[in-house]
Amino acid sequence: MANVFAFVETRGTDVRKVGLEAVTAARMLAEKSGGGEVHALMLGPPGIAAKAAQVGQYGADAVIVVEHAGLANYSPEVATATAADRIKSGGYRAAVFSTSAQGRDLAPRVAARLGVSVVTDVLSFEIEGDSIVVRHPMNIGKVIATIAIGAKPAIIAMRPNVIAPVQNAKAGRVENAQPSIDPATARVKVIETRQGGGGKLDLAEAPVVVAGGRGLKAAENFKLVEDLASAFGNAAVGATRAVTDDGWRPHSDQIGQTGRLVSPELYIAVGISGAVQHLAGMRTSKTIVAVNKDKDAPIFMVADYGIVGDVFEVIPALTAAVREAKKHH
Amino acid sequence: VKIAVCVKRVPDMDVRFRIGADNVSVDEAGLKFDINDFDAWAVEAALKLKDKNAGSEVTVISLGPDVVQETIRKALSMGADRGIHLKAEKVPFDGLAIAKALSAELKTGGYDLILFGKMSPDSSNGVVGPMAAELLGLPCVTAISSLEIADGKGTAKRELEGAQEIVEFPLPAVLTVDEGLNAARLPSLKGIMAAKKKPLEVKPAQLAEPQVTVRKLELPPERKAGRVVGEGAAAVPELVRLLQTEAKVL
Repeated sequence: MANVFAFVETRGTDVRKVGLEAVTAARMLAEKSGGGEVHALMLGPPGIAAKAAQVGQYGADAVIVVEHAGLANYSPEVATATAADRIKSGGYRAAVFSTSAQGRDLAPRVAARLGVSVVTDVLSFEIEGDSIVVRHPMNIGKVIATIAIGAKPAIIAMRPNVIAPVQNAKAGRVENAQPSIDPATARVKVIETRQGGGGKLDLAEAPVVVAGGRGLKAAENFKLVEDLASAFGNAAVGATRAVTDDGWRPHSDQIGQTGRLVSPELYIAVGISGAVQHLAGMRTSKTIVAVNKDKDAPIFMVADYGIVGDVFEVIPALTAAVREAKKHH
Repeated sequence: VKIAVCVKRVPDMDVRFRIGADNVSVDEAGLKFDINDFDAWAVEAALKLKDKNAGSEVTVISLGPDVVQETIRKALSMGADRGIHLKAEKVPFDGLAIAKALSAELKTGGYDLILFGKMSPDSSNGVVGPMAAELLGLPCVTAISSLEIADGKGTAKRELEGAQEIVEFPLPAVLTVDEGLNAARLPSLKGIMAAKKKPLEVKPAQLAEPQVTVRKLELPPERKAGRVVGEGAAAVPELVRLLQTEAKVL
């Protein structure tokens, strides 16, 4: 029996879905190691404490809330110091982070401060004797490694969307705490967080991703992709590297080897040929749909359902059909 | 400015990989190797700063077997000034072991800036830069897509999910580089000739016992072969039916 730590990612006063996934993963690890407590840490500006009950509902026995006016933006140094101190004093078997932009920044810092190693982009985990054994994709997902972590605490960062956050009846106790260092003394300061397009769903978290490639021919034709995404209502918009390199979409929208990794329930590739670099970012999607006028495009090798045709005809028809289907739900 | 860039030699990913006989490494036969893209962008960032600041020096460091000297030479041919090869039989998966070996070297260099690529596609772990920063006790900004340095201070941009962070930091600092920061220059013929004469120091890497070990590598299950539903807008009703009844995602 051993307790497990979870870091709950926040942005402003919102808890991010990956944060709830981390709590659920920690709960699973605690169960697998014979049942222990899950202690979740969350940091944020005034207002974040109101979200503690929500975190408790996802399996945290204790929610440690650090509410501070200096934490309106992510502070890597404050988060590192506070998480490392907590993990050290708690004697945890494992600590779970998220493989998000913030988690990729934070987990290795915390691990190095604790003198232990870390595995990111974890797909699944088991406990085997003294080791926590995880699966981790290598070579852009073309190879899957099984890795044994001997270090204690074992520090892992989960890939988003591989664990569905599970609610349980437990209402975790809430503990208020102070940051380990004063945010005003941090050397690195996030002076601004600029939100992307108003309230749009994030690529890594959206259950549906509609992505566009060069086949759209011009930046303004991305409206076709956006319209299809809005017909679904729960879809985010992505793009290929060719498209972000041409400045049609921001780099943060790029799905692929050097961009974002996504594994939604449904991935729709619009005018995307399916270069290796792109497939690396989306091949683990559960269902893949491709629309492309070239019947020999490599995207059709991975698409569960393909339509060979002109995106300018097929996508508006698909958008109308999806709107219609959603109406009857 | 005194800049160090840590670079890794990685295989080209545009192939079907085979698992080696030992089951814990990829069969390297027939693979093409080059500098990791993210590391090439880090080298470019260093060279841009050097172009702007007279008297700057760019040191390129790589850990691994003798073949990594090719990767160091590539960076030297782009315009870096000198190389350090931290010699090790192989590069372990354990990011902490690598970060410790690199930071033991980096802490002796008196660098104003230490640059890394944000990750390498082979191990796909992306932890060495921020771990080295922590071991060195230096400020660190990861995955930057823009960079300005002036008066001993820097400003960088990071891409988040659906947002961007604008970050300020003092020097010396460790930065890891994302795509979008720049496009790496190609070595010129003159650069390639000059690189042969640039100093490349070889030292043994101080690799600690790994805390994480690869037990097994496997190829992921193949996706079942794709199916073309039909042609043109006429195929849309059948696609929607399949999404509703078979895939159950609509």
